[in-house]
Amino acid sequence: MKILVIAEHDNNNLKGSTNSTIAAAREIGSDINVLVAGLACSNVANEVASLDGVTTVLLADDAAYENFLAEDIAKLVISIADDFEYILAPATTFGKNFLPRVSALLDSQQISEITAVLGPDTFKRPIYAGSCIATVKTLDDKKIISVRSTAFDGVNSGSAIAEVKDIASVGTDGKSSFVNEELAVSDRPELTAADIVISGGRGMQSGDNFHLLDSIADKLGAAVGASRAAVDAGFVPNDYQVGQTGKIVAPDLYIAVGISGAIQHLAGMKDSKVIVAINKDEDAPIFQVADYGLVADLFEALPELDSKL
Amino acid sequence: MKILVPIKRVVDYNVKVRPLSDQSNVDLNNVKMSVNPFCEIALEEAVRLKESGAASEVIAVTVGKQDSQEQLRTALALGADRAILVESDNLVEPLVIAKALANICEDENPNLIILGKQAIDGDNNQTGQMLAALMGYAQATNASEINISGDSANVTREIDGGLQTIQVSLPAIVTTDLRLNEPRYASLPNIMKAKKKELNIISLADMGFDISNRTELLSVELPAERAAGVTVESVDELMDKLKNEAKVIS
Ligand SMILES: Cc1cc2nc3c(=O)[nH]c(=O)nc-3n(C[C@H](O)[C@H](O)[C@H](O)COP(=O)(O)OP(=O)(O)OC[C@H]3O[C@@H](n4cnc5c(N)ncnc54)[C@H](O)[C@@H]3O)c2cc1C
Repeated sequence: MKILVIAEHDNNNLKGSTNSTIAAAREIGSDINVLVAGLACSNVANEVASLDGVTTVLLADDAAYENFLAEDIAKLVISIADDFEYILAPATTFGKNFLPRVSALLDSQQISEITAVLGPDTFKRPIYAGSCIATVKTLDDKKIISVRSTAFDGVNSGSAIAEVKDIASVGTDGKSSFVNEELAVSDRPELTAADIVISGGRGMQSGDNFHLLDSIADKLGAAVGASRAAVDAGFVPNDYQVGQTGKIVAPDLYIAVGISGAIQHLAGMKDSKVIVAINKDEDAPIFQVADYGLVADLFEALPELDSKL
Repeated sequence: MKILVPIKRVVDYNVKVRPLSDQSNVDLNNVKMSVNPFCEIALEEAVRLKESGAASEVIAVTVGKQDSQEQLRTALALGADRAILVESDNLVEPLVIAKALANICEDENPNLIILGKQAIDGDNNQTGQMLAALMGYAQATNASEINISGDSANVTREIDGGLQTIQVSLPAIVTTDLRLNEPRYASLPNIMKAKKKELNIISLADMGFDISNRTELLSVELPAERAAGVTVESVDELMDKLKNEAKVIS
């Protein structure tokens, strides 16, 4: 049962989603091979080699993979796919982009966003914005699986160092090319990796008012998130969005401020350990999932909280 | 330029879906069905490209049961020129849908295929990428902006880290994210006109490939319930609970 995991990274640092995907792989089998594809990313390969449970690291270091274009990553994975019974990738925008291509080219029906491994071919996954959990069994010989990071505790470095093998680039097919990227830069922890997340919704009323959250976030070492309504209104950029179609988070503490608690938002945060809701409407559905609910005007509650932290 | 817009009939996004009492599947009895919201965005983008003169024809297609005609009529009312139903007796998986769409692409030769990034039933996020792979086309998923120039398109994508712009050569597949546009509503005259537009039905079984599903649904259950919470009366009480009871802040 050879397993291939595709690592997510930015050519310098490994993303935590990879550690979680390796953790899911360990529940399936023990022959875990991790593909690191990128440009000048040998640091990343070495980091992966030190992780618990990794058998071999396959390094494809080539300009073709610098920006992780789906066509090219899929082509590379296909070039080595024969050797593996399982191919796993994180269910992030990185993994979601190329993995279905791999799946179609191998004529296999991908299982998306698993949250539990029940057996070699049986998995749990959320459907309908997490309103229901499906248990599915795949009949395909080659199993193509994306993994929800929050459902698996990421592996850490272990005592052994795995071998790093270079593999040949298969080049780019040139049908798509990278133009540019505007990546968010922040001193705060990344939303999906933070222990504490404080999110604002439409109730924040403006982008400027998000400074009320920023200041609290800085004191708590928290990341700042948002509902779709807040992103759509232009208060904050798209990478803040938590939910069914945004980011999935499960921090120790999630504070929802001025967020009503639509099912699509809950889908992204209801596995948080402790949930706090601050909302002026006592009937807001967010209170149904909150461990601690404060019915209050956020413009009074936030400055008070800030001053007392 | 010809644009193909694959759409899907799904449970309306306002419906809270529950398992059947025997947990064999979700309970879809008497629930409201709609066009998947991301497909509406895809259709809107295609119609706008036509209105701007960049596209000449917009074809809506779905792979589904007979009742999906309703969603195709909606697509026609929203501005699609004609529609195709690839009819199947059962609901099929993304790989089968992608293969059926590839068949349609071979027939229709669209220059651009715009679809939703995911359907809000299975939340799979697969069909567009699979179709792109089967056709050997470039893809741009999670689009928040599309600019066509000549035989390529610049597409801005919403990714976890922010925004990425890539250039794809046409024909290409684009999948839509929430902020690409705000779809219009169908007007009554357009709903009336849509009834007369062309809607062709093709049988999925006749397409000549294996349409069996590759996964078995063993059960559907509710997610674990969260324990009931408490209402706190003040910011002080909240801070006290977080420090001393939940121990999540210090
Ligand atoms: C296909 C699809 C996908 C979606 N994906 C997502 C997703 O990924 N993530 C997501 O979040 N949503 C998503 N949505 C949108 C979702 O349905 C809701 O519309 C959205 O979450 C609402 O955001 P909100 O709670 O900020 O706004 P609202 O529902 O408008 O709630 C605002 C809340 O703020 C409170 N409030 C207002 N003023 C104050 C004040 N001064 N003090 C305290 N409280 C105040 C109000 O009482 C209200 O409860 C999706 C929808 C669709 C159709």
